[in-house]
Amino acid sequence: MFSLPYVLQQFINAIILGSIYALVAIGLSMVYGILRLINFAHGDILMIGAYTGLFLLTLYKAPFAIVLIVPMLVGGLIGVIVERVAYRPLRKAPEVALLITSLAVSMFIENLAIMVLSPRPRRFRIPSFLSKSHFYGAINFRNIDILIVILTVVLVVVLTLFVKKTKIGIAMRATAESINTSYLMGINVNNIIMLTFAIGSLLAGVAGMMFASKYGRIEPFMGFLPGLKAFVASVIGGIGSLPGAVMGGYLLGFAEIFFVGFLPPQLSGYRDGFVFLLLIIVLLIRPSGIFGQAEKREV
Amino acid sequence: MLRLENVEVYYGVIRALKGITLKVEKGEIVSLIGANGAGKTTTLRTISGLLTPKSGKIYYNDQDITYVPPYKRVGMGIAHSPEGREIFTTLTVYENLVLGSYLRNDREGIEKDINWIFSLFPRLKERLSKPAGTLSGGEQQMLAIGRALMAKPQLLMLDEPSLGLAPILVEELFEVIEDINKQGTTILLVEQNANMALSISQRAYVLETGSVKMEGDAKELQENEDVKKAYLGA
Repeated sequence: MFSLPYVLQQFINAIILGSIYALVAIGLSMVYGILRLINFAHGDILMIGAYTGLFLLTLYKAPFAIVLIVPMLVGGLIGVIVERVAYRPLRKAPEVALLITSLAVSMFIENLAIMVLSPRPRRFRIPSFLSKSHFYGAINFRNIDILIVILTVVLVVVLTLFVKKTKIGIAMRATAESINTSYLMGINVNNIIMLTFAIGSLLAGVAGMMFASKYGRIEPFMGFLPGLKAFVASVIGGIGSLPGAVMGGYLLGFAEIFFVGFLPPQLSGYRDGFVFLLLIIVLLIRPSGIFGQAEKREV
Repeated sequence: MLRLENVEVYYGVIRALKGITLKVEKGEIVSLIGANGAGKTTTLRTISGLLTPKSGKIYYNDQDITYVPPYKRVGMGIAHSPEGREIFTTLTVYENLVLGSYLRNDREGIEKDINWIFSLFPRLKERLSKPAGTLSGGEQQMLAIGRALMAKPQLLMLDEPSLGLAPILVEELFEVIEDINKQGTTILLVEQNANMALSISQRAYVLETGSVKMEGDAKELQENEDVKKAYLGA
């Protein structure tokens, strides 16, 4: 059987991975809530965040605080540009046109990255004080892991307060419920949509940094799979719901780690397949997710 | 105050408004009556900017607003309580009212107006922090009107405010509408309940398949034999 420290170690791993999924899922879920768009380009913002961090670390030897903040800002900015250039012109188009456009944007960003940055994977080395490990018997984790979890909790709490308490946060929730009625309140809906992309992409940018720090290796396609998995996470939690995205992110983190950690090692190669199997099961049993509401569409 | 000149609106290839010309003067209550599909709701949605005319002009306080985006029209003083209430069901009653005052920055004025809404509709006060989706139909209608009033509009457009309300509530509601008007808000009213609407209006327009068929003094229309037969169920 499994020893207690081993089980605890799996718990820790799951929380770290779940934090990253949660951050990426929030942006996907918020954008879906307003535009009914599954933004395939979201994972690529994660990649952009990671590369931004890499250049700040290696070329400019920037302090780590800056290496965390600037990728957030760059991610947010790219998210806003993508919305403005690719999605806003399609505001009155059918939803499927938006979906296909987001696939195109994703391929565009990935191939641009291959051309500009080369397809070659690069090592991502974090400062030594962050890679320092703590050992408690058979359990171990690094400073960067602590940072990932704390930063995620802080960002989620701040965002939740913003969405719950501020007038703009209320306007964001209103826009997710009905764009037309929001106009009638005097809400500049385009600005709210832009802000939603900015916030979501900001979180994806910082998630990219976390992802790179955790795995120590980055490449132009690195955002694809986390993007898809974040989509699964937001569906599990109930797409469109902020607590749902967070909950879904952590649930997926646990499911994936436990799958690898507690099932026979021959199966661990199927971890990604397992994630999508989980998606299918959730969609069969509870299509609207844990926190989701049955779809109410405007006609 | 408000003038529509030959406004034509299309849904795709269907011409929903076939050249509507109407006006609303400051301080009036004006009704639009007509059968389903006559273009009443479309007219209101065009005035608030959710629909853009293919041709024709809309003037508000002598300013051409035909192509002004809807959210800016709210800032100019036009509030619209839409058909089917369209309250934000996942938001609380209080949050709905706050959104009504979205463009205002006078905290004290907003507080005062929320209290005024509560004096108009005491039931809303008891439900303050409940999700608006849990309100009854009548309460939702009150909330929709209260939310529109929170914008402190000069022109308030109400689309079917009595729809689905018990008769006793309808009487109450129309008293409130008259009250709001007496306090200085101009009202453009769309109603199935034409008799009620005409009895509180100064003037009215009868719409039929996207055109103005008749217009004039509300009392005279109420006595008109054609109107009686077609819309007042006499």
